[in-house]
Amino acid sequence: MREITFSQATLEAMDEEMSRDETVFVMGEDIARQGGIFGQFKGLPQKFGFDRVKDTPITETAIVGAGVGAALAGMRPVVDMHFADFMGVCMDEIFNQMAKIHYMFGGQKTVPVVLRAPDGLINQAAAQHSQSLEAWFMHVPGLKVVIPSNPADAKGLLKSAIRDDNPVLFFEHKALFRMSGPVPEEEYLTPIGKAKVVREGKDVTLVSYSLCFNTCLKAAEMLDKEGISVECVDLRTISPIDKNTILESVAKTTRLAVVHEAVKQGGVGAEISAIVAEEAIDYLDAPIVRVGAPFTPVPFAKPLEQAYRITPEKVADAIRKMF
Amino acid sequence: MCAKPVRKKSPTSIRNYDKDLLKSFYETMMKIRYFEQNIQEKFLAGEIPGFVHVYIGEEATGTGIMTNLRSDDYIQTTHRGHGHTIAKGAELKRMMAEIYGKKPGFCKGKGGSMHIADFSVGMLGANGVVGGGYTLATGAALATRMLGKDQVTVVFFGDGASNRGTFHEAANMAAAWDLPILFVCENNQWASTTPYRTTTSVEDIADRAQGYGMPGVIVDGNDVFAVYETARKLIEDIRKGSGPALLECKTYRIGGHFVGDPEMYRTKEEVQKVFKENDPISRFEERVLDEKVMTREELDQIKEKVLKEVDEAVEFARQAPEPDPSELYQDLYV
Ligand SMILES: Cc1ncc(C[n+]2csc(CCOP(=O)(O)OP(=O)(O)O)c2C)c(N)n1
Repeated sequence: MREITFSQATLEAMDEEMSRDETVFVMGEDIARQGGIFGQFKGLPQKFGFDRVKDTPITETAIVGAGVGAALAGMRPVVDMHFADFMGVCMDEIFNQMAKIHYMFGGQKTVPVVLRAPDGLINQAAAQHSQSLEAWFMHVPGLKVVIPSNPADAKGLLKSAIRDDNPVLFFEHKALFRMSGPVPEEEYLTPIGKAKVVREGKDVTLVSYSLCFNTCLKAAEMLDKEGISVECVDLRTISPIDKNTILESVAKTTRLAVVHEAVKQGGVGAEISAIVAEEAIDYLDAPIVRVGAPFTPVPFAKPLEQAYRITPEKVADAIRKMF
Repeated sequence: MCAKPVRKKSPTSIRNYDKDLLKSFYETMMKIRYFEQNIQEKFLAGEIPGFVHVYIGEEATGTGIMTNLRSDDYIQTTHRGHGHTIAKGAELKRMMAEIYGKKPGFCKGKGGSMHIADFSVGMLGANGVVGGGYTLATGAALATRMLGKDQVTVVFFGDGASNRGTFHEAANMAAAWDLPILFVCENNQWASTTPYRTTTSVEDIADRAQGYGMPGVIVDGNDVFAVYETARKLIEDIRKGSGPALLECKTYRIGGHFVGDPEMYRTKEEVQKVFKENDPISRFEERVLDEKVMTREELDQIKEKVLKEVDEAVEFARQAPEPDPSELYQDLYV
């Protein structure tokens, strides 16, 4: 299969969906003239015009709010957040407006908006440009939260997100944009809300997502050589969460580890651990393990950032202790 | 082009007004007044739950503006939005049912007074978050333009809400992109318990329009004729593509901030004085009788009709079934 980058994969998704549906448009800071920080919008304005690929003022509150309003009036906006870190600026528009409109107005109107939010560690960008904030949003009913780990899923999930009538937050790790991977040439959609068992194993279930999932695959290879067989589950969507895939895997392997780049405290891992503790504790042969970032802002200096980062070694160490 | 705000006066005569238009002004204002009086009464009697904010004393503003809108135009309103919703044409029965938390309500009893919407008449929603509506309305205006339609969007906000940063962000975006939207500030002098002048940098909120390169206009919000004529011109221009404008309507909040407000922050005398001198409905009655464009009988007929309609709405809401607990998860996702 041909290989393209994550950035190109999302660009293809945008191109295909904008060609398919005239109501799809995209707006954000520095996306049209510049093509996006990661080249993820390059060429779109030349093809679809600067009205459908819009450079906005630096005004996150208005960009997201206008996305919601445009959705109410018949469009299907895709809004680029520039950096996920800036979502705090428009939090009200996300959790009080976008997330609630369909429910609190009794289903009168759908809110088909996609927020694309580049997140995660890259190039020592430090405290305000490196965060992984997805857990905040799995606490908000009404939102879907999607978080792919590779180019093929990024394309398929972005297309599904754009066609979804619910608001969808699409977290894309900044370090993934240049990652290459096989992506089918024919059209396909990746379902939202379905996790994927990417690597089968029998001793421990390793649940992760986004860039970190790739870290987990490396850890699994290391452990394999030591005789520990790791099943790797890529969540792909964290809300609604695919409980069944996790529970089935845990029933088979009897051990659970959850790994993410986001801060461990109050993270997605806490929710998954609780689900397994509530619904499958009898299957477990070892305490659940969570690997996540330390409870600090993201530091700047290299050694500090290195200490903060989740590595295959850290994941492998944590899993060894389960045996 | 956008200097200090312009102050618009009342028309010198209303003799050329169409009779049906005059009747519709009165009918809408009275409908709002009775509706709100009923809400107050039923809330205090323990029939209506939640938080409710009434629009008594501000009826001329919503009525004068909405009379210029088509049914496919959009409005975005606030926590004090019953008047706007009625003036935009919402059905009273379903509206009252929503405020009672009943199943046939517009939102199936999931929204209530502060979170009511009726998309079938272009009412895109009230907002429990002060200043939460500006950006949504801006997006609706953007969408209508992208879709090649000539709809206008009107967003209502209070003097208190004018201090939210969302106002700045939406006004800038709307003006930078020349969007078809009218920002309407209903300056009722009070932001909850706080006199607006103690927390707001300008006397006239319309002054702020200059900063966005849009026209700012001030009108007596308790004079339905002045509001109507001023808004008509602004809305016509916006529909033709002039870009956004800011209209400030000077009015006064006769009721408490919410129903049940003990109003420790002002005297009853102050409120009574304004109500006596500046009630938009009494002013309308006096003027139409004075200029002999309507008769007392005509006014009374309308009153009677409206009273009946509101009573029916209350009865409908009272009798309507409550939502079933099994509906809790309905409409969370599509
Ligand atoms: C963001 C936010 N802050 C505070 C409140 C609480 N609150 C509700 S209404 C209100 C006063 C609003 O005043 P104004 O905008 O002038 O509107 P009015 O009530 O006078 O119609 C306040 C402070 C809120 N609902 N939302």
